[in-house]
Amino acid sequence: MKLVTTALAITLAGLTAAAPVAVRAQQVTGAGATFPAPVYAKWGEAAKAAIGIELNYQAIGSGGGQNQIINRTVDFGASDAPVEAPHLEQNKLLQFPTVMGAVVPIVNIPGVESNKLKLTGELMAEIYLGQITKWNDPKLVELNQGVTLPNLAIAPVYRADGSGTTFVFTSYLSTVSPAWKGKVGASTSVKWAAGNGAKGNDGVAATVRQVRGSIGYVENAYATQNKLVTTQLRNHDGQFVAPTLAAFTAAAENGDWKNAPNYAINLIDAKGATSWPIVSATFILLPKDPKDPVRSANVTRFFDWAYTNGGPIASGLEYIPLPKAVQDSVRASWKAEIKG
Amino acid sequence: MSQTAAAARTDTARTGARHGSLGDSIFAALATGAGVFVLVLLGAIIVSLFIGGLPSFRAFGLGFLATSDWDPVQQIFGAMVPIYGTIVTSILALLMAVPIAFGTAFYLTELAPGWFRRPVGIAIELLAAVPSIIYGMWGFFVIVPIMADPIEPFLIDQFGDLPVIGALFQGPAFGTGIFTASLILAIMVLPFIAATMRDVFLTVPAVYKESAYGVGCTTWEVMRSIVIPYTRVSVVGGIMLGLGRALGETMAVTFVIGNTNRISSSLFGPGNTIASIVALEFPESAAGSLKLSSLLALGFILFVISFIVLAISRLLLRQKPMPGAKA
Repeated sequence: MKLVTTALAITLAGLTAAAPVAVRAQQVTGAGATFPAPVYAKWGEAAKAAIGIELNYQAIGSGGGQNQIINRTVDFGASDAPVEAPHLEQNKLLQFPTVMGAVVPIVNIPGVESNKLKLTGELMAEIYLGQITKWNDPKLVELNQGVTLPNLAIAPVYRADGSGTTFVFTSYLSTVSPAWKGKVGASTSVKWAAGNGAKGNDGVAATVRQVRGSIGYVENAYATQNKLVTTQLRNHDGQFVAPTLAAFTAAAENGDWKNAPNYAINLIDAKGATSWPIVSATFILLPKDPKDPVRSANVTRFFDWAYTNGGPIASGLEYIPLPKAVQDSVRASWKAEIKG
Repeated sequence: MSQTAAAARTDTARTGARHGSLGDSIFAALATGAGVFVLVLLGAIIVSLFIGGLPSFRAFGLGFLATSDWDPVQQIFGAMVPIYGTIVTSILALLMAVPIAFGTAFYLTELAPGWFRRPVGIAIELLAAVPSIIYGMWGFFVIVPIMADPIEPFLIDQFGDLPVIGALFQGPAFGTGIFTASLILAIMVLPFIAATMRDVFLTVPAVYKESAYGVGCTTWEVMRSIVIPYTRVSVVGGIMLGLGRALGETMAVTFVIGNTNRISSSLFGPGNTIASIVALEFPESAAGSLKLSSLLALGFILFVISFIVLAISRLLLRQKPMPGAKA
């Protein structure tokens, strides 16, 4: 009899020890941007082990993420492009950034190695407008003394699917080139004047790899992982910089966070001698009047944990963590604006 | 023997009707329901696509069909390029696929040795079972590089400078484009058409063919004068089946067509189709936006195109009734 009670006690003790984990593994659901999906996935894994919150994130695209959170079918939405203030107001949404990332140009020119070719935003705009059509165009040759540019047609490649990457890239071209702003503009998909479309970052990367004379633009992580030939770009201060994590971080640090309402910061063409010009933040949209305050609190707990502990994971995947001051300011917004 | 069985069955049916008319009426209701359900479902899809596309039709009117712009920044959307791409790639695909499918079916039913028919027949059926994404990836990673070098540069060098038709063979050799998309589509619809043709060729009564051979017809003459007239309706049906698949094919086309909203005179120029633009643009379309509405309107147009294709095929078949055509 005593044996039985001991056994029972042991089983009970085991149950109670296991129970808190089982109870605390709470789900939060989110949907939206594809660009930060890899880092959200890694954060989700780590956070489940650390604080027992299980993230169920579906990378359905920024537009889809906005739709889902407006309809309140998920706990949070995610968007690469910041949502305009009136729209946030109308749908009672709080917007805050999570990480930043960079977009880099990639090229396929025989004999040209990575980060040797120098480009400017204006020239890229002219290439994508179909005005510069040969790699040995005098404007490109003049900028690239010492690099042999062949007499080869330029084949511009762009994202055919609507994407945050395209939004960031076309925002950059619109910022530096009035001609681009006037003729095309910035959006998740635009009316391209020249070139071929490919699906997804991987599609652009594969097309550039296959087509001689092509130029494309991808998230930095895709360029590094696939060892693609990237280029230097001229930044706001007139310096040519290579796409490195240091250059991305410099751009993030030079951002004017204080004067950005709803954190809708513009890091495009940031100031600073070492800044990479095409950097942008990605955002989370959270209801200010959550249907289920517990789930909403778990979302903020998740991102609070990610701000504090997720930096190395983000850097490992070539994203740029938020500056500390911005993180603290976001935490204050959670407290002030979300009804619990 | 079979007559007895049929009689027995009728008997049971009568007894059933006498004792369980409730069961019968329930079954009849279920069967009717299943039939009506399909009709209602189809109608509901069309109506919801039309309602979804209504803001776009209101904003652009009939001009929606004739506008080649697709400019999300200026909020101007037009359907001309996707419609053009859809129809051109499908027709080119049929032009490539039908002769090969006919040859395959002809060979399998008339020429091939008996032991060889089964393996080829199974291969065709397997080809029909390959998922379209596989065709897309295979097209993108295998066919596109081959098209980019050496096929397209060769064709551009050979024909690019000729008058009139030269325009079809110009521009940079991306490897992707209308021509490559049509080629992939042709391979995809080929098994459907070939399998249908083979099956219907086999339905021709041997006595017809033997009579023709008896009066001294060659194999080809038998094919042309007996088999094809006899199976004409089903052959056109098989081709329409293939056309239907080509019109709506999404993933494989998206991979290889170049996804550009421009009409190019060159076969090697990039383009898009209704299905590909909807697949690519849908995830980044905000609810209630004109863009989303335009995409739904495109879906509605694709429906209409499919109906027109179906109607034309019916009309073609009705105009020339053949005495032999029973299928």
